[in-house]
Amino acid sequence: MTAVLFQQVSRHFGTVRAVDSVDLAIAEGEFFAMLGPSGSGKTTCLRLMAGFEQPTSGHIEIFGETAEGVPPYRRNVNTVFQDYALFPHLSILENVAYGLMVKGVGKAERLKAAEEALAMVKLPGYGARRPGQLSGGQRQRVALARALVNRPRVLLLDEPLGALDLKLREQMQEELKSLQKSLGITFVFVTHDQGEALSMADRIAVFSDGRIQQLGTPEEVYKKPKTRFVADFVGSSNVLPPDFVRTLGFGDSYASLRPEAITLGDGLGRKNFAGRVVATSFLGAANRVTVEAAGARIAAMTPASIAPPALGETVTLSFLPEDLHPMDGAR
Amino acid sequence: MRSDRNTSAPLGLKIAAGLGLAFLHLPILLIFLYAFTTEEKSYQFPPPGYTLKWFAVTWNRPDVWEAMGLSVRVASISTAVALVLGTLCAAAVSRTKFFGRETISLLVILPIALPGIITGIALRSAFSFAEIPFSFWTIVLGHATFCVVVVYNNAVARFRRVSGSLIEASMDLGADSFQTFRYVILPNIGTALLAGGMLAFALSFDEVIVTTFTAGQQSTLPIWMLEELVRPRQRPVTNVVAMVVVLVTFLPILGAYYLTRDGDQVAGAGK
Amino acid sequence: MSIVADTSILARREGTSGRLSDFFWRNPKILLLLMLTPPLLWLGVIYLGSLFALLLQSFFSIDDFSGLINYEFTLATYRQLLIPSNFDIILRTVLMAALVTLASAAIAFPIAYYAARYAKGKWKVVFYLGVMLPLWSSYLVKVYAWKLILAKEGIVTWAFAKLHLSWLLDAWLSLPVVGGSSLSISYTGTFIVFIYVWMPFMILPIQAALERVPGNLIEASADLGGHPAQTFRHVLFPLALPGIIAGSIFTFSLTLGDYIIPQIIGSSRLFIGQAVYAQQGTAGNIPLAAAFSVVPIVIMGLYLWMAKRQGAFDAL
Repeated sequence: MTAVLFQQVSRHFGTVRAVDSVDLAIAEGEFFAMLGPSGSGKTTCLRLMAGFEQPTSGHIEIFGETAEGVPPYRRNVNTVFQDYALFPHLSILENVAYGLMVKGVGKAERLKAAEEALAMVKLPGYGARRPGQLSGGQRQRVALARALVNRPRVLLLDEPLGALDLKLREQMQEELKSLQKSLGITFVFVTHDQGEALSMADRIAVFSDGRIQQLGTPEEVYKKPKTRFVADFVGSSNVLPPDFVRTLGFGDSYASLRPEAITLGDGLGRKNFAGRVVATSFLGAANRVTVEAAGARIAAMTPASIAPPALGETVTLSFLPEDLHPMDGAR
Repeated sequence: MRSDRNTSAPLGLKIAAGLGLAFLHLPILLIFLYAFTTEEKSYQFPPPGYTLKWFAVTWNRPDVWEAMGLSVRVASISTAVALVLGTLCAAAVSRTKFFGRETISLLVILPIALPGIITGIALRSAFSFAEIPFSFWTIVLGHATFCVVVVYNNAVARFRRVSGSLIEASMDLGADSFQTFRYVILPNIGTALLAGGMLAFALSFDEVIVTTFTAGQQSTLPIWMLEELVRPRQRPVTNVVAMVVVLVTFLPILGAYYLTRDGDQVAGAGK
Repeated sequence: MSIVADTSILARREGTSGRLSDFFWRNPKILLLLMLTPPLLWLGVIYLGSLFALLLQSFFSIDDFSGLINYEFTLATYRQLLIPSNFDIILRTVLMAALVTLASAAIAFPIAYYAARYAKGKWKVVFYLGVMLPLWSSYLVKVYAWKLILAKEGIVTWAFAKLHLSWLLDAWLSLPVVGGSSLSISYTGTFIVFIYVWMPFMILPIQAALERVPGNLIEASADLGGHPAQTFRHVLFPLALPGIIAGSIFTFSLTLGDYIIPQIIGSSRLFIGQAVYAQQGTAGNIPLAAAFSVVPIVIMGLYLWMAKRQGAFDAL
């Protein structure tokens, strides 16, 4: 079943098209990422799902029911806010029980459910504290428990890990992933961090200028970027200009080529080209060698065990034809 | 301004600041001294002797009690009106960006930005034009007008701190507009409103300039005092009343400070 | 889960509150309108209406014979403001307001500077409350206190006598203009009380402006060999200026419109506030009273406009 459906959804703020004719279908039980730079429309899409924004035009369904015109408090959808938005005047337990309280669930029952939700996010016994007494990571978990206690059909997460430090972020990524698996709830999260999207999501929608540039599995998005924007934004693909692509014997369009698909020297069944080395850098597990070929700068990853070529040297580089992906249009 | 070095102030500055504060406080302390003087006919210093009898005399004065009662009633009702109007205004201004919100801020501030006499005479001529006789409510009308700004200032500052995402979070969790107001907005702005209300009460309790134009023959405590100032008849009683007024107004100020001290803007910074 | 619904869209709550909530959510502009209507009716219609009615009256005139208001548009009432006895009132008031503002700034600055730069922790609170309490305590009580202090038999006379300086006080009181038979019926007295009552309004804006100055800026000036006086003139004063202007809005406006202080402590010569009061009361000349009250409005309008250009409102 489709959990969230967007049909030609647009949201304009004055003359700004924050979301521009977006079509989207998120499947039930999916861990879905909306990836893009700030101002790309991904957060507005999330807010459209939550009901904080209304579409200027288009149609939104949540589990087959029409959602536009329905206020947030009547959607069985909950949000984990970027700044967590915990109620400062309530204790942690009251925060978590809030959703059940306003829905009229009895006190004993809702407090029990809140305790269970806190245990689920590994914060048992924290109920009596105030939000101000918790660390950032703990507040994040409370926000998660506060949303999940309502058993939403879709959980929306707005940059959920943005405020955490690296180590905590990696830990939370794993926990979110396993929580989602065990609960079976559809998760939709917004991020500008491509690594986060690639490692957590089942599918990714890459946003730019209010439109979805590409929608696919992490592997597809990473290996076969459909547009130059996706190639630039996800990972660090080389974007080859049409002239160069033609000389290599492919069609007349931009194409992407991952640095790790390029090796020094030639080989059987490989396409090769010559380039002058303009920069080398040591990255630990690999060296990055940047060459200039036919006016384009192309980066290649070579194993750290092999000494990198000297600057100014002309070298031969090669790749397998199936690693080169032609892309749409100019962008 | 925070200096990294733990410098101490130059002596001259210390003396100037100390003298300045003393200048502000000594006259008020003098009021306390005079409340105990035995002298009845003049403002003789030092007092020839000290007595507590004027407290008893004042206690038994019905005119003082009447004026006090009227002032308390006026201040209570004006504060209530100001709380409603100021909160509505602050909520509207801080929640939504709409055309003319600057104008509304200006409109709220105008009654204290303009000299009180102008507000007073404008209201008085409006009353006489509309043939409204002076009453309790004409006083309240004037007072509430300038009390709105104190509540407004406090509420606006607090609304700014109640981030928009709290309200969204509440609605997201299933609370409708009324539940959100009751369970999230009100608890978060409550102390600011209380502080604003206390200051509004103090402002109204003490107001005399506008009141002289809107009271007619009625006598609030400040009007009673003003008459004593112009034509002193009951010096010792006035001394005692002055002391009581000082004490009565100190309490709301301290209370308002206590309620808002953690905030980004402390109450009462703009009277 | 039994305690929550399984549908993705929940049913609307029963009753009017559920319906109203949905309605306001769909029509936020109507909610905004509802919220703004009461304050706008009160302030916009009643208060502004009264103000405009007052302004309108200033364009009428009073019939010298019958004493009734002549409802014809005329500038004659404004012309009356220019006759010497009335114009003197305006000059006197503006001059007094200007002097009070300057003196207030001079007294307020050290307090504000100390509170902003040196007072920490507990002392910060002491300074804050030390300014707030006098600022908020009863206006009339403050005036009354000075009546006690400045009275002929009061503490000032006593102090001068104790210090064997009575001759100095007498010499001051025998001066023209600023003198009088006692301090409580002289311009000097009026001036002191005005400062006392309005000066606290100057402290907090200056303090706010100074607190925005990084401390190292002052140290930088000192390090560069700046003499304290130079540091004050070229660094501190310009930075504090928006605060001083913001504070002066209060001291200036409040002095301009006051009619009680000069009535209780001062000579018999009128200030604008007293003139307004006298014209509308005993004289019954509402048009002239209205014209007089336009003067502070215009002066303050100009003042606010200039202050805004100086960026003083950020320090309010």
